[in-house]
Order: sequence, then structure tokens, then C-alpha cells
Amino acid sequence: MSETSLLTSVQAKIKGELLTELPQDLYIPPDALAVYLESFEGPLDLLLYLIRKHNLDILDIPMAQLTAQYMGYVEKMKAINLELAADYLLMSAVLIEIKSRMLLPKPAEITEEDDPRAELVRRLMEYEAIKLAAQRLDDMPKAGEEFVVAAAYYQHVSEIKPPEVSLDELVEAWRNVLKRAKLNSHHKIGRAELSVREHMSQILRRLKADGLVEFSQLFDVVNEGLPKLVVNFLAILELAKEGLIRITQQEAFSPIYLQVNSAE
Amino acid sequence: MKEPENIIEMKQVLEAALLTSPQPLSLDDMLKLFAGRMERATLRMVLDELKNDWEPRTMELVQVATGYRFQAKPEYSAFIARLNPEKQPKYSRAVMETLAIIAYRQPVTRGDIEEIRGVAVNPNVMRQLQERDWIDVVGQREVPGRPSLYATTKHFLDDLNLRSLAELPPMEDFAQQEIPLDR
Repeated sequence: MSETSLLTSVQAKIKGELLTELPQDLYIPPDALAVYLESFEGPLDLLLYLIRKHNLDILDIPMAQLTAQYMGYVEKMKAINLELAADYLLMSAVLIEIKSRMLLPKPAEITEEDDPRAELVRRLMEYEAIKLAAQRLDDMPKAGEEFVVAAAYYQHVSEIKPPEVSLDELVEAWRNVLKRAKLNSHHKIGRAELSVREHMSQILRRLKADGLVEFSQLFDVVNEGLPKLVVNFLAILELAKEGLIRITQQEAFSPIYLQVNSAE
Repeated sequence: MKEPENIIEMKQVLEAALLTSPQPLSLDDMLKLFAGRMERATLRMVLDELKNDWEPRTMELVQVATGYRFQAKPEYSAFIARLNPEKQPKYSRAVMETLAIIAYRQPVTRGDIEEIRGVAVNPNVMRQLQERDWIDVVGQREVPGRPSLYATTKHFLDDLNLRSLAELPPMEDFAQQEIPLDR
């Protein structure tokens, strides 16, 4: 069967049914593509739909047909969305690779080989979790939408002071500045729950603003409880592990410095 | 102007400040109201009292990521919404999925987001989230191209009534049944 006749035969059927439901297999006629591009967030989303809703077996995809179909989409998508066409093409390449590795006989000496489908399944499940998390975030009440924040009007009164300044006032002002600086130096800690990821972001922000920071400066030993200090430390380790920060020390027992990992 | 002398007067000053503030007030902000004459512990106690005082009324005092604020109890939102009949536009699935990835996997690059979603990130999506002040750039990953690392902001937590990321529903809640490899 040539590619063209395959396309036209299915197209006719789809036209007759007026696209009331999504196709049972991976095939989507190019005419309907614009519609489906909006229903799916990409190849992972489409594949997930076919597996969950139509019990598609990853192993059981007819590869020759799939390839012909995808080439058809690419032609169509050149006009619509070339980048998305590339994403779908990549997925079809992944599926074909999996299929061919499953079909090849395994050499006897290799006993433990990962199932070639495992990585795809891991990605599908991760995407599915994120998709559900996104729906939950969308359903959560948001300020200005599901709840309204109080903002009562008040008459703003500005005190107009004479510009004269005595020495006493100046001294007092300086004292106040020092006092306020002291107040502000307290780290803002609510009775917050602890998240390592959140601390990672905070530390990165701090390092980005201050450049080189001494290790102990990242710990507010006076005001923070032990759990918070531990989470903070875990966040530093995680950042180091991900290679996002650089930790340096000249010699044993000398101060430890942290900075954002930069190329120069 | 007479400095407040007892708990009741202090509570009134706090109430007026909280009701008129356009953004949440932190404990440090509120201490400024009393020019250094109030202890942190006392302030917490007075806030608790204020919260209880408002229990029978239409507003509630809540704590979010950047501090305390008054907001209308949820049962009134539907009525208040009638004042602005035009409906809030909904974010697309692409926007919400990108936001979810940044919230749960931060700090992440655009490449990380593309890896999880399997499609290229539309720059428009990142722009929408940044304009809402829900995400920002917290650094660069030291790999070729030095891609930006994105994280969620405190403003995002405020808007979702959260005090910390730890209050988001745990990721385990979203795990679905395994995809079987052999049928």
C-alpha cells in the first residue's frame, strides 16, 4: 500500500465521522492535525492518552505505518508548526529504536540488559504526575480569583517637618538607624514548614546578589532552630551536587567560601 | 499622636495597618509600627488575638509566605466577583504544566522543562509566568550556553495562600498506576 492511498483511505473515513472521537491508534490524518495539536501538549501527552485510554501496547505499534504517518505530518506541519513536528518525529524515532531493540536477539553473554522501554515509561509516568500536579495547581484558590485580599482606603497624612536640624536630632537619627539596622538584621522566619528546594532557591538568590559568601553567614544560628539549619545545610549539599555552586577553602580550618559556579 | 499603651490599643493599630496594606505585612514590618516598643513574642500573641476577634466576621487574618494579611472569607468571593463580570482568562495547559515543573523541581532550566514535557518551551509561556511575578531567574547552570535556572517566587506562594513550598500537595499524590510492560 503506498503512502498516499493509506492517507486518503483513512481520511475519507474520518471525514464521514466528522471527528467525533479521537482515533484508536497513533494515526491522525493531516487534515485533522490542527485540531489535535490543540488537544495534546505534544507526543508524550498523545502517547499517554493512547496507553491509558486505549490500552495501546508500546511494543505493539506497527512501525512501518507509524513512520509513513509521521512523514505525512511533517509535510503538513512545515506550514503549521515545524518545532512541534520535530518533537513528534523524535518520539517516533524513539519508538522505532525501542521496537528494533526488542526484536533483536540478545547475545547470550549479556544477561542483564535494561528493558529498552523502561526509560520511555519513566518519562511517561513523570510527565503524567506533572500533568496532574498542574491540574491541581490550576484548581487551587488564587488571590484575586477565588479569594479577595483586603485593601481598605486610608487618608494618607504626610508629616511636614521644618528643614532645621539640631545636633541632638542628628545623633538621635543615627541611633535610630543603628537600632533599625539591628532589627532588620534578624532573618525573617515564620513558623514555616521546611523545603530543601525552597532553601536552594534562597541560597542561589543570596549568592547571586552578594557574590562570595562565607559559609557561616548562611546560617543564622541565633534565630533559626536546628531543623531549619539542617535543611539549609542539605540545600547547600544539593546545590553542590548539582554543580550550581562552588565551595572553596584555602587550607584546613580556614573559612569556607561559597559562590555561584561560574565559568570564568 | 499617642503611643498605644495596652494590648487593646496595640491590636487596633495592627488592625488598621493590616487592613490598609496593599501587600502582606511581615513581623518586621509590624514591629516598626510600634517603634521598637513591642517584643516579637508579644506581637505574635496580639496577632493570634486579632485573628480570633475576626472569627465571627467577614474577613479573616491569614499567614502567607511574605507575612500576614486580611482577606475576605471564601464564601463571599462569588458575590464580589459579580462586581467585575469579565471572567479571568484561564492559563493554558502549557503554562500550568511549566509552572508545576518549576514549583516541584526547582531550580530548573528550560531544557529540564522540555525533557519532562517532551516539547519545546514556548518563550511566551515563560514570559507570562514572569510577568505574573510567579517565577524568576535564580542563576545559571554551568554547562555550555549557561542556561538560566528558574524558581518560584514568594509572590507565587502568597497568591496561592501558601506559607511555603512544603504546603503544596506532595508529588506522591500524583503517582498513577505503573504502565505495564508485558500484557
